[in-house]
Order: sequence, then C-alpha cells, then structure tokens
Amino acid sequence: MKRWFKKFYDFLDDRLGIMTVLEATALHKVPKSSGRWSYVFGSATLTCLVIQVVTGVALALLYQPSTETAYESLQWISNSAPLGAWLRGLHYFGASGMVVMMMCHMVRVYLMAAYKYPREMSWLTGVALLGLTVSMAFTGQLLRWDDVGVWSTYVAAEQMGRIPVVGKFVAYLLIGGETVGGHTLSRFFAYHVFVLPGLLFSLVGVHLYLVLRHGISEPPVVGETVDPETYREKYEKLIKKTGVPFFPDAAWRDIVFALLVVLVLSALAVMVGAPALGGPPDPTKIDVTPGPDWYLVWIFALYALMPPGIEDYVIVGGPLVGVIVLLAIPFLAPRGERHVLRRPWAAIGVVLSVGIVGALTVIGFKAPWSPNFNAEPLPVAVLGESFDHDQARGLDLFNTKGCLYCHDIGGHGGHRGPNLTEVNERLDRDELIVRIVNGGKFMPAYGGSLSKEEIEQLASFLLTKKAPVK
Amino acid sequence: MSHDTNQEEQLQEVDDPSRRDFLTKVSLTLSGLIGVVIAPPLLAALSQPLLDNPVPQWRDVGALEDFQISETVLINFENSDVIAWSGKTGRTGAWLRRLGEEEFEAFTLNCAHLGCPVRWEPKADLFLCPCHGGVYYKDGTVAGGPPPHALPKYPVKVTKGRVLVKAEPVPITTMKA
Repeated sequence: MKRWFKKFYDFLDDRLGIMTVLEATALHKVPKSSGRWSYVFGSATLTCLVIQVVTGVALALLYQPSTETAYESLQWISNSAPLGAWLRGLHYFGASGMVVMMMCHMVRVYLMAAYKYPREMSWLTGVALLGLTVSMAFTGQLLRWDDVGVWSTYVAAEQMGRIPVVGKFVAYLLIGGETVGGHTLSRFFAYHVFVLPGLLFSLVGVHLYLVLRHGISEPPVVGETVDPETYREKYEKLIKKTGVPFFPDAAWRDIVFALLVVLVLSALAVMVGAPALGGPPDPTKIDVTPGPDWYLVWIFALYALMPPGIEDYVIVGGPLVGVIVLLAIPFLAPRGERHVLRRPWAAIGVVLSVGIVGALTVIGFKAPWSPNFNAEPLPVAVLGESFDHDQARGLDLFNTKGCLYCHDIGGHGGHRGPNLTEVNERLDRDELIVRIVNGGKFMPAYGGSLSKEEIEQLASFLLTKKAPVK
Repeated sequence: MSHDTNQEEQLQEVDDPSRRDFLTKVSLTLSGLIGVVIAPPLLAALSQPLLDNPVPQWRDVGALEDFQISETVLINFENSDVIAWSGKTGRTGAWLRRLGEEEFEAFTLNCAHLGCPVRWEPKADLFLCPCHGGVYYKDGTVAGGPPPHALPKYPVKVTKGRVLVKAEPVPITTMKA
C-alpha cells in the first residue's frame, strides 16, 4: 500500500513538478530572524482577502445587482436567507479587517524601512493595493443600495467633479449618467466584482512574487545600513548562514494569527453583524444623513473642517499629493539606516499620521458641524421659576427658528455654534443682537427672517442664560 | 552531402537576427492589432454614460393652485433618461418655492458642497445640510458653512395652470475657475 502511494506521488510530482513549485515558494529560505510576530500582518491582509473572495462569491449567489431590486434582495439576505446575516456580517468585517491589517502591515514595513533597495517595487505595488482596497471598500458600501448608498454616489460624484477641466465628465461617468439611475448600480457592481478584484489579484500576485524574488527583508539592526552595492551579497550570506524554510519555521505564526483574525471577524459578524440597512434607495426622500463606513470617516470630517477656500485644491490635490509622497518614499530613501531608532522622523511621521487620522475619525463620528435634527425642544423649565412674556417668546423662537440645531443650552441642541448655556456671562444685549442679525461664518444672518421685536425677544431669552449663582 | 547543406542553411535561416527582429515586430504589431480589434465594444460600454445625452424634459409637478405663495415644498419628478429597471431612482426630488402668481423657483436637493440632500426648515426659513453643516437662505443663497455657491436651480415654467420643472442633470459643483 505504502509503495503504491509512493509510486502515485512520484508520478504526480514528475508530471506536475510539485516539489519544484513548493521549494520555490512555501519552502523558500527566509532569515531566521524574520520569524517574528510583527511579520504576520501581510499574510493577515491576504487572509482577509480570501474571506472577502469567499463571502463575496456567496453574496453574489444571493444578491440582485439591479437598481430596482438590489435593496430588497439585501433585506432578504439580512433577514431571511439561511445564515445570510452572518454572511453579510463577515463580508463587512472582512473589509474592515483587511483595511486594519493592511495599515498595520504598511506601518510595520515603513518603520522597518523594508521598502529600501531592492524592495522598492514591493512598496509601490503595496501602495497600489492600498488604493484598490479602499476603492473596493467604497464601491462595496454603495452596493448596499439603501438611501445612504444612493446619496453616497452623489457625494462621490461631487468629489470627482472638482477635478480640473474633466471633473463633470468623470462625475457623470462614475454614476453612469446625468443622474443616479438605472445604470448606476450595474456600474458599481461591475467595478466591485470584476474590475477592481481583477486588478487586485494581479497586483497581489506581483507583490508575492517580489517577496520570493528579493526574499523577505531581515529585521533591521541599529548601525547596519543598506548599500545597493553590497546588499544582495549580504542578504545571500545571511540566508546561507541562518536561512530556514518559510514553511513551517516562519509560517506557523502567520497561520496562528490568521486563525485568530478569522475567529475575531466571525465573532464580530455573528454578534455585532453588518450595519443595518437604511431606507429604500429613493432619491426623492431627504431624511438621510449620508456618511461613509468608519475607515473613510476621517476624510468626511476633513471636508467639514477645512477652510472652504482651499477645498477645491484639497479634494483633488490632497489624494494626489498623498499618493505621490507614498510612491516617492522608497526612491527618496533607497539606502542607509533601516532601524527606526536611527530614523526618528519616520516614527514621528507615523505617530502624527495615525494621530491625525484617529482624531479626525473620532470627531467625524461626533460630527459637531452637522445640525442636530433630533434635538428635543427646550422645555419652559429652562426659564426657571419666574419669567416674562418676552423671554417665553424668545424660547419659542429659539426652538423653532433652527437655533437649537446648532447651539447647545444645558445639554440640548447641536454643536456647530458656541454653547449658549451661560451666554449672558459673555455677551450683552447689543452684542447678542448684532450676532443674531448678521450671523457669522457658519451662522445665517437672521436680520432678514426675524422681525425687530422677535430679535429683541430672542435676546431677552438668551440673557436669562447665566452661570449658576454660587 | 546535399542533405547537410540544406540543414545548415535552415539553421542559418533560423538564427538570422534580422529575420528575428522582423518577426518580433510583426508579432507585437499583430498583438496590438488584436487589442484594437476587440477594444471598441469595451470602450463603448465604459463610456456609455457620456455617449448618451438625453434631452432634458419638462415634467408636470402639479397644478398652480396646489402651491401656496411663499411656501417651499418637496416635489419629485421623473428623470429625463428613465430606463425599465430604474426603479425608485427614476425620479428626482426638488424643493419648489412659489414666489408669486406664476413665479416659481425649484432648488436641487443636492447641497452645492458635496451633494448631500438639504432639508427645508419652514419655521427657520432655511435649508440645512446634514453632512457638513451647510446652510442656505430661502432663496438658495449661502447662509453659512462650506458650500462654495448657492443651491443650484432647475428651470420652472407655468403652462395652462400646470407647473412644469425641467428635469435637468443633477448639478455637479466644479472647480472654481
């Protein structure tokens, strides 16, 4: 029996060249020092991609990629299809996981300067993969085809519109016509399911091939520099001296971590689930607050916070400059020290980038610049025990004229404008009236829509807002 | 003997660099030609939205007496290029304001900033955008926030007591020249 198996294996190996392939890939030698937990994020990103392919194919079996029926089919997947909610959850968290793992991988590679000679093209293909992954995430969000999905296509089109000269054409090309309509979803579906994955798979292939071609980078050592004249020779010596087969000596960590990733994502998929669908995809309904999934919230926040004057340049120029800088990194610093202790600016850059994106994300979720449409009207109780007619009228105006959407009084209201809970301590009647009449950068001028009497009443109400007597 | 010479000649022919150069060029050119031959349908499908230029249609949105003077209401109308599978997206909404006897203004729902749907707040007499806090007065001019210009408008006309809105393309804010 054993002999028969051996013969069969020998036949297959001879005809298929199994060992030749394995030796060149799974069993290729890596420096022993690269067996580290910090090296697992690249393969974890790939694990997430595999999850996305599997769940994506499964979703495609159930989803109707048509403007008219996509929303209903997604509701059916979420509520009725066997394990449909789990499936959608896994595809959603798989996307999140892929973005997170990719960022970890990129930060690790950057901090260890693994992009230096001869691995510049690994970095470049990695940057392209980042772009493709974000594009996948965005087009995928639209395929939910609920109200937020529909309005997000408009937001995407508006951003394309700011491209100089050809902006309008690119915008209409993106949404598949001059309005969101029958062609829109088909196009996003084709991008998400055929075009972008095709590019993604090819580039993943190149990215992995490059790992084999140049070998996995060895962890940096303080004082050891990369010199293109001698690097390859040094690396070959290192492999000769300390090389171990990638599988299983280094790969076991990747596999342990991959299992962990799959378990965490599955738990999130089952216990938290994909975001609930919004209302139907009806462009004539306006009670929608479009916003991206969490990984793009920081850009959404940026659009609210940057001065409008520079916006045209930032919307188009920002991503352009970002991509150019990322692509330039390996060519600006192809040699020299790799260890982060000798590249303090690299560490500062990472901390700053993560800090800025993190802070923008946090503030993006709070969205203090958005009017608080859900603010409860202030009750009469805020006036205290004794109040006059003018103050009561002023309170009513504050509730109905939109003031409350942007101003907070005692914990009720929006946050675009200053908190007015103790406004009496800062402004007197005349100053209040000037502000109400003229408005400001973010505030409408109410001089045109409120009568003189109403403005006086509003001021009377606001003057009751004092600091508590101690 | 003659057989050997023949083989040699053949070898020479195979190793002829100018012949190889020629074959390389021919192969690359023909491959390119294959691409050119199969490209048109792909390019046409890709650029379909730009090739298709629907003529904006006037859409009936109601009778004159359905609208009160100086009130702003949400209307909706059919797009100019509806296809069988457009579903709900075959319609577009707008804010219609009656200014006088036969005077109307129809504002797009799309905020001039990034296209989010603006809401009309009748008591405050303002349009508010939920995304980044853009605010417009009742005449569509910017009252505050990031919008670079006023709310765009669709043309409106009154014919035989009916109010008609021209279903133009959704406006895209382009870079300021």
